[in-house]
Amino acid sequence: MVKLILNEHEYEARPGMTLREALRRNGILPETVLATRRGELLTEDEILQEGDEIQLISVISGG
Amino acid sequence: MKCRLCGAKAVIQMRQHKLALCKEHFLDWLPVQVERAIQKYRMVSYQERILVAVSGGKDSLSLWDLLHRLGYQADGLHIYTGIDGGRAYASESLQRVERFAAARDLKLHLVNIAEETGYTIPELAARTQRGRGKPCSVCGMIKRHVMNRVARREGYDVLATGHNLDDEVAVLFGNTLSWSVEYLLRQGPVLPAEGGLVRKVKPLCRIYERETAAYAFLRGIDYLREDCPFSSGATSIFYKQLWSQLEHERPGAKLSFYLSFLEARRAGLFAAPETIRAALHPCPSCGQPTSAPDLCAYCRLLERVKAPGAPR
Repeated sequence: MVKLILNEHEYEARPGMTLREALRRNGILPETVLATRRGELLTEDEILQEGDEIQLISVISGG
Repeated sequence: MKCRLCGAKAVIQMRQHKLALCKEHFLDWLPVQVERAIQKYRMVSYQERILVAVSGGKDSLSLWDLLHRLGYQADGLHIYTGIDGGRAYASESLQRVERFAAARDLKLHLVNIAEETGYTIPELAARTQRGRGKPCSVCGMIKRHVMNRVARREGYDVLATGHNLDDEVAVLFGNTLSWSVEYLLRQGPVLPAEGGLVRKVKPLCRIYERETAAYAFLRGIDYLREDCPFSSGATSIFYKQLWSQLEHERPGAKLSFYLSFLEARRAGLFAAPETIRAALHPCPSCGQPTSAPDLCAYCRLLERVKAPGAPR
């Protein structure tokens, strides 16, 4: 299983899926986050691997 | 996905530009875009001194880093708000800014609102009618006042803020929904100096928020990722989310909306500014420019807070 973490919330995705698909299935707009794995930025076509932990950084700030 | 320039593994895809870049080329590409905006809108010259308002967030620290890399004379100003929110928000912000400045040997001005007025910004807001419940309006007014005062006192030519394209689109969208022509007239990459107000510039106005976040991450800038505790439920965040959906369906929608607005304004769509602009005069108490008939908003606030019978 693949874990995606955004603001302390955890989401799951299946290995073999692209990051784009994993975000879509979890209702996360790719425009609102940066995805990182082991400190590296990922593009949406990245194929997720079993055991991956993807840290999502929210890019929307304001007030 | 591969970098368009070198074929290495890309770290960012920017669909609005039909461009994917590796780390090295993205970190080269972004400063070029910022420099182009600075030149196009004649924001500032290399001979002028810039005061950068730095909050400790990704945009302002990235801006300071970019201006420094581009060779501009840019010092920082941090305003310590005293906002805590149960997680030492102001202290965490200050720490990020101080560490950033120290690591690069950059000059930083600090203004602590509580030391200056006797109250933190949330306390000031709670003691006045203005912004009850949320201090955002008081906070914005105080920051604008302090930024201009420090810039004038220290002889800076220009004030720079880290507003990115998403910030600008959110404000523009809000002002368009209400057809606030006075605000629409004043929104832009440059607010010229006028009557004691120092010129204000927004060098990141054409840079997507996702790009500034990627820049900060890839440059290893230690910025505060948490939002201000009072920003929860903010209209600007709601507008940004709406525009992110639009951008997802139509890449480039944000940039197009903003640039089309600037072009429409340049062409005179929002005419007759002379009928709207209020004249500025020095505040009789602090000397800062104001359009109010007597004291400026900042001095009025302090007067109300210190008046007998003010809420505690």
